[in-house]
Amino acid sequence: MSTESLRTAPRRPLAPARRGFAALRSSSKWIFLGIGVLAALIPFVWMISGSFRSEADLFKNPASLFPTSVTLHGYIGVWQQLPFLRLLANSFIFAGVTTVATLLFDSMCAYVLSRVPFRGRSIAFWLVIATLMVPFQVTLIPVFIELFHLGWLNTYQGLIIPRATSAFGIFLFRQFFISIPPELDEAARIDGASHWRIYWQVILPLSRPAIATVAILNFMNLWNDLLWPLVVTTSPDMLTLPAGLTLFGGQHITDHAILLAGATISLLPIAIGFFLAQKYFVAGVATTGLK
Amino acid sequence: MTVTHRVPGRAARTGTPLTSGGAAARRPRRRWQPVLLFMVPSFLILGAFVIYPIIQSFIFSFQNVTIGGPTSWVGIDNYVTLFKDSQFWNALGITLEFTVASVAVLVVVGFILALLLQGESLANRIVRSIFFFPTIVSLVTIGLVWKFLLDPNIGFVGGLFDLLGIPPVSWLTSTSLALPTVIFVNIWKNLGFAMILLLAGLKGVPQERYEAARIDGARTLQLVRYITIPGVRPTLLFTTLILTIQTLQVFDLVFVMTDGGPIFSTDTLVNLIYRDAFTNYQTGYASAISFVLFVIIVVISALQLRFFRYNDVD
Repeated sequence: MSTESLRTAPRRPLAPARRGFAALRSSSKWIFLGIGVLAALIPFVWMISGSFRSEADLFKNPASLFPTSVTLHGYIGVWQQLPFLRLLANSFIFAGVTTVATLLFDSMCAYVLSRVPFRGRSIAFWLVIATLMVPFQVTLIPVFIELFHLGWLNTYQGLIIPRATSAFGIFLFRQFFISIPPELDEAARIDGASHWRIYWQVILPLSRPAIATVAILNFMNLWNDLLWPLVVTTSPDMLTLPAGLTLFGGQHITDHAILLAGATISLLPIAIGFFLAQKYFVAGVATTGLK
Repeated sequence: MTVTHRVPGRAARTGTPLTSGGAAARRPRRRWQPVLLFMVPSFLILGAFVIYPIIQSFIFSFQNVTIGGPTSWVGIDNYVTLFKDSQFWNALGITLEFTVASVAVLVVVGFILALLLQGESLANRIVRSIFFFPTIVSLVTIGLVWKFLLDPNIGFVGGLFDLLGIPPVSWLTSTSLALPTVIFVNIWKNLGFAMILLLAGLKGVPQERYEAARIDGARTLQLVRYITIPGVRPTLLFTTLILTIQTLQVFDLVFVMTDGGPIFSTDTLVNLIYRDAFTNYQTGYASAISFVLFVIIVVISALQLRFFRYNDVD
């Protein structure tokens, strides 16, 4: 905004040479950005078109971005050669149930941290923040062993429960709840409302933007995650889409269109969400630095 | 003590004088009240699956651990082994190279993109969305697609090279090219992320500073140098820090594109941890490596905070 308007709002008419220079600069900006846009888009265009191409076409015309003839064998193969329905269902269960649980647990925890004064509250909050600094890999091995002893490897509870709260979510909800005027829930308390009712009927309905941000960020991260499902699940029945595509792609399936079809389908929910609610994706990523 | 702080504020706002026996004093901070149960699920999960495991991981790193079998104390043997392990030094070097190259390019190019695209015109908004899109796509999808794109036989990149008469390049199967190639894909994926973080910082620079500088006759580049960069320094720090911490933990992309190969030329620390823990079952040793990674992350974060002199920015 700033430099842009400065450049185009001169105090006196530009000399022709400077006007030419400005035009050159603007057009070189768009040439540069145009190349960037192509570089950002071509892999996705190629992925989608590749999922409709035959092996022979891919080998014969590698320089072509589009199929010479459209074939659906990639999409048929994905169902026949992979336990694809299972992978898809596992991904939805893992990302969906975990996200719902995270929203509930995080917002409840944040309600107490932002609304209920008690001794040790700031310690509790800083404990949550401190867990953010720990790289996931440090806890991965002990968690794996814990799950082994609980008999939770290769189960949904093993996939879901350890991930069912996120410190980022608690932090984000707390910051949002603090901005809600305390007069609102004090009025409700005078009317005799319990904490649960204040949380559920006053605070949560006012927190839709925070809920949307946490939900989208969480679902996206879980849907895209590879390392966690790879560690917790070993049986093909319990794999999620990213883990399944990686493992099967490495071993059994050599047909490119099938893997590209799988990649395209796995991208679909996130892409649709992005087109519908882009501002929450951007807000979530920009405020938390998470992706 | 906070209660006494809150009383005057509350009284001033509502305009009703509060005596020491007023409403606020009747609701003191208590040790225990039923609503604290609201925190139980989150704290149970964080306790069982984050806090306790950190302690466990530290203990494991001094043990010889077999999953489901006996464990024995080995003292600092794991760390001694690690110190002599060429695989560890190789992975550490690759991880650092990966991080430095990725973060440097991401911050510089991300900043240029943010500067070019900070206006709210429709064109800028569309281009920003396009650059941002790869950020939300899984690394598995991106790794898979780029692996195929770069395939010398079927890939679009190879096809273009062929059209231009350049001989095919084996990007991912050559020990010298594999690492730069994976780094490139990592940059490609995260550029929009860096741009979005830096854009948020650019929005926070007060407009008056630009106007004052313009009145003083500053040119565009001078504005960037003397107004924009100092104004976004906290964001530059935040972006560098976040990208560094994330890149030090790079795993998915490498696992999908090369699995550490060829001949360990792309073997990152997390790749090594994963292999040692879950393929070679050297759990104690893998814990030691993960603790070293933890320490590296903490040290680099502290160094960056100091280097950018975060505290005296405002």
